[in-house]
Amino acid sequence: MASRKLTSIALLVAVVVAVQVITQLTGTNYYLTQLTMTMYSCLLIVGLCLVMGYAGQISLGHAGFFAIGGYTSASLTTMNLLPAFENGSSCVTALNKMGLLVTRTSMFGEPLLTVHPWFACLLAIAITALIAFLIGIPVLKLKGHYLAMATLGFGIIIFRIVLAMEFFGEADGISDVPGFTLLPGLTVNGDMDNRVVNYYIAAAVLITGFILLLNLIDSRVGRALRGIHGAEDAADAMGIDTARYKLYTFVLSAVFAAVAGVLLTHYTGGISPSDAGVMKSVRYVAIVAIGGMASLWGALTMGGLLNFLSLRGLFGSYDDAVFGAILIIIMLFAPEGVLRLSIWSKIKPTKEAK
Amino acid sequence: MMSLELFSQYIFAGITYGIIYAIVAIGFNIIYNTTGIINFAQGEFVMLGGMAAISLNQFLPLPLAIVAAVLFTMLVGALIEIVFIRWLESPSVLRMIIITIGLSIIIREIALHVWGDTVRALPYFTGNVISSVTILGAAISPQVLWVLAVCSCIVVLLSLFFKFTPLGKEMQACASNRLAATLCGINAKNMVTFSFMLSAAIGAVAGCVVSPITSSQYDMGTGLAIKGFTVAVLGGLGNSMAAVAAGLLLGILEAFSVGVGFPLAFQDAISISILLIILFVRPHGLFGNKQAASLKEF
Amino acid sequence: MALLQVRDLNKRFGGLHAVNSVSFDVQKGAIKSVIGPNGAGKTTLFNLICGSLGADSGAVKFDSKSILGLKPYQIASTGVSRTFQNIKMFPGMTALENVMVGLHTKSKAGFWAGMFPLPATRREEKKIRARAHELLELLDIDQFADIEASSLAFGQQRAVEFARALASDPTLLLLDEPAAGLNIYETAEVARLITKIQQQGITVLLVEHDMSLVMDISDEIVVLSFGQHIAEGTPGEIQHNKEVIQIYLGE
Repeated sequence: MASRKLTSIALLVAVVVAVQVITQLTGTNYYLTQLTMTMYSCLLIVGLCLVMGYAGQISLGHAGFFAIGGYTSASLTTMNLLPAFENGSSCVTALNKMGLLVTRTSMFGEPLLTVHPWFACLLAIAITALIAFLIGIPVLKLKGHYLAMATLGFGIIIFRIVLAMEFFGEADGISDVPGFTLLPGLTVNGDMDNRVVNYYIAAAVLITGFILLLNLIDSRVGRALRGIHGAEDAADAMGIDTARYKLYTFVLSAVFAAVAGVLLTHYTGGISPSDAGVMKSVRYVAIVAIGGMASLWGALTMGGLLNFLSLRGLFGSYDDAVFGAILIIIMLFAPEGVLRLSIWSKIKPTKEAK
Repeated sequence: MMSLELFSQYIFAGITYGIIYAIVAIGFNIIYNTTGIINFAQGEFVMLGGMAAISLNQFLPLPLAIVAAVLFTMLVGALIEIVFIRWLESPSVLRMIIITIGLSIIIREIALHVWGDTVRALPYFTGNVISSVTILGAAISPQVLWVLAVCSCIVVLLSLFFKFTPLGKEMQACASNRLAATLCGINAKNMVTFSFMLSAAIGAVAGCVVSPITSSQYDMGTGLAIKGFTVAVLGGLGNSMAAVAAGLLLGILEAFSVGVGFPLAFQDAISISILLIILFVRPHGLFGNKQAASLKEF
Repeated sequence: MALLQVRDLNKRFGGLHAVNSVSFDVQKGAIKSVIGPNGAGKTTLFNLICGSLGADSGAVKFDSKSILGLKPYQIASTGVSRTFQNIKMFPGMTALENVMVGLHTKSKAGFWAGMFPLPATRREEKKIRARAHELLELLDIDQFADIEASSLAFGQQRAVEFARALASDPTLLLLDEPAAGLNIYETAEVARLITKIQQQGITVLLVEHDMSLVMDISDEIVVLSFGQHIAEGTPGEIQHNKEVIQIYLGE
């Protein structure tokens, strides 16, 4: 059991490396940018898969968590605290003393004093987790249509806030977001020379997160979640605190979304309101659905495939329509996801009781 | 203290939008009552009515264009039901939600490719953009009176329809107990199709009558759907009379929020916040019955 | 001191008084059955005791502690376990996994331990798995351990459900129509099983329609009709009770 998981992961790593090597050899390095972005999106998607497929809670507002993470980090690393510092603000001075601030120059040559990216990142994740926790408590008590609408509503509120507030750059969003140096030599930014390093950083983050979720599914908690999804009152009767488990899963998936938001924002150097929009949330749900709601591998594969194709522009101006169509088709014909269609069982018989 | 003129202005603005929200909510309720499905594409019916009428108006006189647009939207509603919903066997709630969301997206994208993203509007039914009537000191466009009149007619006709006509009573029967209705010879499947057509019709009419005031745009559906759903839940899902009251309430609230200086950009946030609050605190709505609501399978 | 004490339990659904001032005790180590015609309120009673429904008034004491108003998962942790009338197997999970979920209250690995499995967590997993196998063996269905539970035959699913309910080492086991849908042989199996459970010191409260099963294994019987407590006593006493006979056979 564990060895099968290990070989699958090893295979995944091999594929990741192989793709990079191939782009190197064929001189198609530019693919790496979109692949990197795809991988960060997949981080959000596997987290969403946990919530939708395993805990059985639909979330039509997950782009909201991505945005909270990304916007928090972006605004903290771009807002200039220099005026406040020069005015002797005690708060800013204290932060500076603790080493939480850095200086740099903006792309216009202006000297800046901003929050250190690491601190900004951790704050962004913490804030997202807190909001997810607070929102989750009432929202997860809802079911069916009500849950869908509530999560949709949440996503729209976040969208409206970032669109309307000057602090968040209104319709233009935030740009000139600096690189994020994880460790000496490993910086997340959009530099051309840094492409390969960034590709592997994204892969490392994604694969680590993925492994954590795989572990979770196979554990006592994973079973409890599947139980909650399958037959909630039976799970209740087994002593499982269903409300708490649903909440923690929701918060965990929000954290995944926030990390994706933070890293992708530093990678592309900016974030805009459309990243928080309903269409993005719907897209994520579509991908989880086609991957087979309760399949992390499916979500990963489909996320990789569809996001990459979308970024490559394959769907042209019909991008949103494509994901809408995918949703419908999958839900009509393969609600358990493409990988669980009954035609597969004719090729490879499943283990069922005689 | 606000002057009477200003107050009346806001009230009229509020009930104009409010009654549109109520019509959308009633559309939700009709389909929900017959099928238990929430049709996320409800807002698109309003959009289609307006947009189609605008296009048809280019070579048909206005009244005909509107009638044709309504018929067109009813056709779309029927098609949606027949192609995507009819043949599903006891689909789960989640599945239905996702399907109707997908449908709303597709319709919106098709509208984008057919009509582009330009904002259009039907001509005023009577008068023009600057004509106005003075009521209680407020300068009201005659179109507002059209909206109120037409929508009130819709509400009245619908309640008469459900109470007194055979078809209406059959739909009510289907809503209460589908199995029993089928045993009495009512074709449940057709009832479902018809409920979609009816919802589409009233949405389209609303879309046409409000178009001169609010203009029509390919993506106006989503916002309306959310507000319509908020109103439906506020009144108690399935309860159309309450939806009217709730709709007017929400419309007036929004209008006055602008009046007290609430930033326009956050206006949508009001209705969503109300939705969230209601869902958290009293999901069966202001007028709903808790136990009856909990019996409806979700 | 009775293990389970139910006092004046009431539940109304609008105009229907589903459970009307019902009181009875269940002695430790006994097998007690609740019987009554359809609509008597038996399953509602169960749901009230287990916490899935909120009572309007009354008291329920388990092991001298009040459990009324507690959530189902809290009640489960106190040593009360239950099965369901329409067997709620967890879909998409094997028989073994279903029983492993039953062991939830006997293990403690949480979210962190789940994501970062340390040796202690791995050991706990092994123990859970082994114990689940033991329980399946106890019910003679270990051969189906790795088969998807919802695809098993009905009688086998019942057995898995038993194993799952026993997994938490309950003091009180509530069985909701354990013989529903079973033939004579399977019902006899169930009777044998319940007696075996009793021998292990577990108290059993069951709701059942199958009279032969009820009369065969019960120490005491409670009769409900239209939500009201009609009679209580040993099988012999109940069989001769005029009111009970009237309820079942009519005037």
